Amino acid sequence: MVLRMTGIRKRFPGVVALDDVDFRLLPGEVHALMGENGAGKSTLIKVLTGVYGVDAGEIELAGEPVSFTGPAAAQRAGVSTVYQEVNLCPNLSIAENILLGREPRRFGRIRWAPMRRRAEELLARLDLELDVSAPLSAQSIAVQQLVAIARALDVDARVLVLDEPTSSLDSHEVDRLLAVMRTLRDEGMAILFVTHFIDQVFAISDRMTVLRNGKLVGEYETAEITPVELVTRMIGKELATLDELEQVRPERTVREELLRAEEVGRAGGIEPFSLGIQRGEVVGLAGLLGSGRTELARLLFGADHADQGTIRVDDKPVSLRTPRAAIARGIAFCSENRKTEGLVEDLTVRENIALAVQASRGWTKPLSRKRQEEIAESSIKALDIRPANPEAKVGELSGGNQQKVLLARWLITEPRLLILDEPTRGIDIGAKTEIQKLVTRLAAEGMAVVFISAELEEVLRLSDRVLVLRDRQVVAQLDNDALTPEQIMATIADGGAE
Amino acid sequence: MTTLTASRQRYLPIIATFALLVGAYGFGAAQYEAFASGQVVLNILIDNAFLLVVAIGMTFVILTGGIDLSVGAVVALSTLVSARLLAAGVSPLVVLVLVLVIGGTLGLGMGAVIHYFELQPFIVTLAGMFLARGLCYTISVESISITDGFFTTMAQTPVSLPGGMHVSTSVVIAVIVLAVAAYVLHFTRLGRTVYAIGGSEQSAMLMGLPVARTKITVYAISGLCSALGGVLLAFYTLSGNALHAVGMELDAIAAVVIGGTILTGGTGYVLGTVLGVLVLGIIQTLITFDGTLSSWWTKIVIGALLFVFIVLQRLVSRRAR
Amino acid sequence: MIKHRLFWPTAALIVLLLGNFIAHPAFFSVELREGHLYGSLIDILRFGAPLIMVALGMTLVIATGGIDLSVGSVVAISGAIACLHLSGLENQDSLGGTAGAVGIALGLSIVLGACNGVLVSVLNIQPIIATLILMVAGRGLAQLITDGQIITVNSSPYQAIGGGFVLTLPVSILIAVAVFVLASLLVRKSALGMLLEAVGGNPEASRLAGVRSRRLIWLTYVVCGLCAGIAGLMISSNVSSADGNNAGLWIELDAILAVVIGGTALTGGRFSFAGTVIGALLIQTLSTTVYTLGIPPQTTLLFKAVVVMAVCLVQSPAFRRKLVRRRKPKPVTRARQDEKVEVSA
Repeated sequence: MVLRMTGIRKRFPGVVALDDVDFRLLPGEVHALMGENGAGKSTLIKVLTGVYGVDAGEIELAGEPVSFTGPAAAQRAGVSTVYQEVNLCPNLSIAENILLGREPRRFGRIRWAPMRRRAEELLARLDLELDVSAPLSAQSIAVQQLVAIARALDVDARVLVLDEPTSSLDSHEVDRLLAVMRTLRDEGMAILFVTHFIDQVFAISDRMTVLRNGKLVGEYETAEITPVELVTRMIGKELATLDELEQVRPERTVREELLRAEEVGRAGGIEPFSLGIQRGEVVGLAGLLGSGRTELARLLFGADHADQGTIRVDDKPVSLRTPRAAIARGIAFCSENRKTEGLVEDLTVRENIALAVQASRGWTKPLSRKRQEEIAESSIKALDIRPANPEAKVGELSGGNQQKVLLARWLITEPRLLILDEPTRGIDIGAKTEIQKLVTRLAAEGMAVVFISAELEEVLRLSDRVLVLRDRQVVAQLDNDALTPEQIMATIADGGAE
Repeated sequence: MTTLTASRQRYLPIIATFALLVGAYGFGAAQYEAFASGQVVLNILIDNAFLLVVAIGMTFVILTGGIDLSVGAVVALSTLVSARLLAAGVSPLVVLVLVLVIGGTLGLGMGAVIHYFELQPFIVTLAGMFLARGLCYTISVESISITDGFFTTMAQTPVSLPGGMHVSTSVVIAVIVLAVAAYVLHFTRLGRTVYAIGGSEQSAMLMGLPVARTKITVYAISGLCSALGGVLLAFYTLSGNALHAVGMELDAIAAVVIGGTILTGGTGYVLGTVLGVLVLGIIQTLITFDGTLSSWWTKIVIGALLFVFIVLQRLVSRRAR
Repeated sequence: MIKHRLFWPTAALIVLLLGNFIAHPAFFSVELREGHLYGSLIDILRFGAPLIMVALGMTLVIATGGIDLSVGSVVAISGAIACLHLSGLENQDSLGGTAGAVGIALGLSIVLGACNGVLVSVLNIQPIIATLILMVAGRGLAQLITDGQIITVNSSPYQAIGGGFVLTLPVSILIAVAVFVLASLLVRKSALGMLLEAVGGNPEASRLAGVRSRRLIWLTYVVCGLCAGIAGLMISSNVSSADGNNAGLWIELDAILAVVIGGTALTGGRFSFAGTVIGALLIQTLSTTVYTLGIPPQTTLLFKAVVVMAVCLVQSPAFRRKLVRRRKPKPVTRARQDEKVEVSA
């Protein structure tokens, strides 16, 4: 055994990110680490590579207990990491990016010719032939990723950690990366592979470890588990807690269409899709993390530009090049990243709630302070935001209350289409139920809602129709006639093939 | 194909600066007969040797994505410390060492504050600038002239070159500094780490490079270069004055930018900085030769060049992405 | 009370003023001479007025996370063009002519600010670099306008801007107060303040909320240019001349300092005009104090260096973290979790 982690516990203020997790890695295997967002995959890797210290537990490398002080120390001990986002210097040459910090030198002078040769050798091991003195920035992301792996190989790595390396690669590039992984595995390297692409896991891994909510679910032989079983274990079941919400989706009658997207897509974001949304309809987006859920929503809101396709609102073609344009058409979008894309943490609850309405009015037509306070007060009351103080700083609120503030901001714009990206993630059960009820009520009042969530039960409870996404593609559109989570999981697992 | 364009793009700013330099010189030579002599070019070097040394230090800092506003003040402080100590009869060698130590230490201190307290280089070096200028005034409000034998010899002994031309010893020192800087940036781990930090500080950290040490070192190098630049200015003017080198940080930054180093860091060459200094010098000389144009045209032209180069950088980097 | 963000700058100002009072008991005395108020306090306000002006404009720019280094040059240009226009008039005392000069100067300042704004908001050039261009070239332009000379004018209406008195108070103080009140009203009665703070606090969230941040950022540079223009008029009118070389030299640094002392962070977000005014007064009082205490006036720079560092360190989260860690002796030997390595997951 190359690596053994036992009883790992890691706590952050307010959360236990890892709770008594065990992990084993054998030489010559590709071991997949699986779990939904927040399961603790990233934390486990950062603990392993010395970015974080542990609160409890032990790490043994080749039988020796170790405790790394940082990525550099881990690397020296033979644990190399390639991150999802290429962590190299685009301004430097390929050779330097592979060998920086370990350049061949004589009397402190870097010897460039041997350095280039060494870099070429390392790339050859990955079946790659490149001009190593060219700057890295001229290469595709896929090649940059391979260069990062070449760098990792140079340190006589025994353990290679690949943290979602395929998330920005196309299928051809992924094949190439998987081929490299097979070669390395056959040479005896232990590879820890983190990904959210189910098919890749089954294509390459020998064993897998599944985490959920910071806890170990289990360790499995890939050959002995089916995709559906895996997805079930990753997502888990939380049905019991939500029974109080009745399934009161009003009977659907023929309604007018609010928005229609035809073959809208964006390279590197989501494959072209078509979608119509009617007034009063809740459309759920189901899919694993990274399946393109958020990317789809961002195109509908103009947060990213679509590079193909047309969008029509009220049967008129519109150009949604900026969020502002989308807001003017009555579209609203609650981002899943409350902190970075949603709230201005330094401002008060009142200001955050008023922001979108104020922005569309322009700075010359201010909402009076009194009006802002009324809006804030009524939102606080309607959504039960706590503390019930419009002048509290948003940054000091709990996650659930922050989410409600963000929702309130958009509700007062009286949108016709409300896009909710993971509105219930990381918030307590009470707040979650309230938000679900709110969605049902809004739809009954005629608002169209796009609802994104990693929890299938939640999506199914609220939606009239479910779009299933996988690998950045819409693979199925299902009417929600007593759909079950199992059906959705099956669709995700087999890619809507049938 | 892609690599070819990429590497061409890499040298593009330097080539543009060089073309500008040749163009300006050609223009001068066509207009004024005296301009065509090689000595004119050497005179530009003689008049700007101290700026060259300061700008080389600045190149290190800007390559990491930082900035150093304190250089002019440190230059002035160095001239004053030299003049005052020499006047007190301290041996010139001790004076030289002391001045360099002071400059290096100031830079080191600023670098440490920037790195460890995560403050913006802009504001820290601004404080450094206030500090150094303030120290100048505590030493002397008046100009102190230098009469020391070593300094006057350095100032007045020309170094002959073939063809009846000559340069000052300061130019020789500046060229040595240039050679050392180019070697360090290209052939040592320190130099390559400077580029790596400019490319992406976070990546450099994850690659296990000594980011803290290197970031502090570049400010120390800049302080050291400023101190040496101050000594060269003292050779040049044979005086120490708190008002020396006011605004020199702007000239140094302008030279670095016109020399093709990108202000966000990671790309550029110290050789480009030399070209940048020469461009500034030749503009000054052209304006002097013209006689009808006043000195402030220098600032306007430098501003215009800065504008063109910064917008060009912006467009090139946007296209590269 | 200690938590209020204006507490420390105000306390520092009061301590400084009290120190002056102890050293020179006459410091607080204000007397009425020929219908004009005189005294050290009035002087601080009067000489501080241009700095207050520049710093108010700078506050807006810094609130968006930007910076404007060119204000010193704009100060020089504004004074220079006004004096040039006046000196060409047959009757320099004419009100219309003076108004014309003021109009031209302010118009030009607005244009220069707008240029900065375009570089920053349209071309997305880092503010510090974009405004560096005008900082360098602007000095040259100012000297070009004055032809390298000091243009002296003899216009009593013009002189009134910086040196005159109305209702016993210096006009420059009245202008500064008026601009402060106007700016505060504009920012807090319109939605400008809130939108600016949103843009400075979280640009991406603001974009997704539909804020037209580009236009707002552009506007702050325009206002900053205008404020610098007014300051330029005050400075040049006070001495009835324009000096392209020295007018407003280093005022950008003092202005940035005033803004930072006033509690507006260089990273943008929440801003406070009142804080900025206190900061500017603190700097001006510092200069006056050094002068009245008989310390060589040039050493003011040393004090400023200390103040800049102190203010920045107090605001730096990293500094506070390190301070706290040092105070608590040893609980964290193996936990390196707050080591600053961020890996995007």
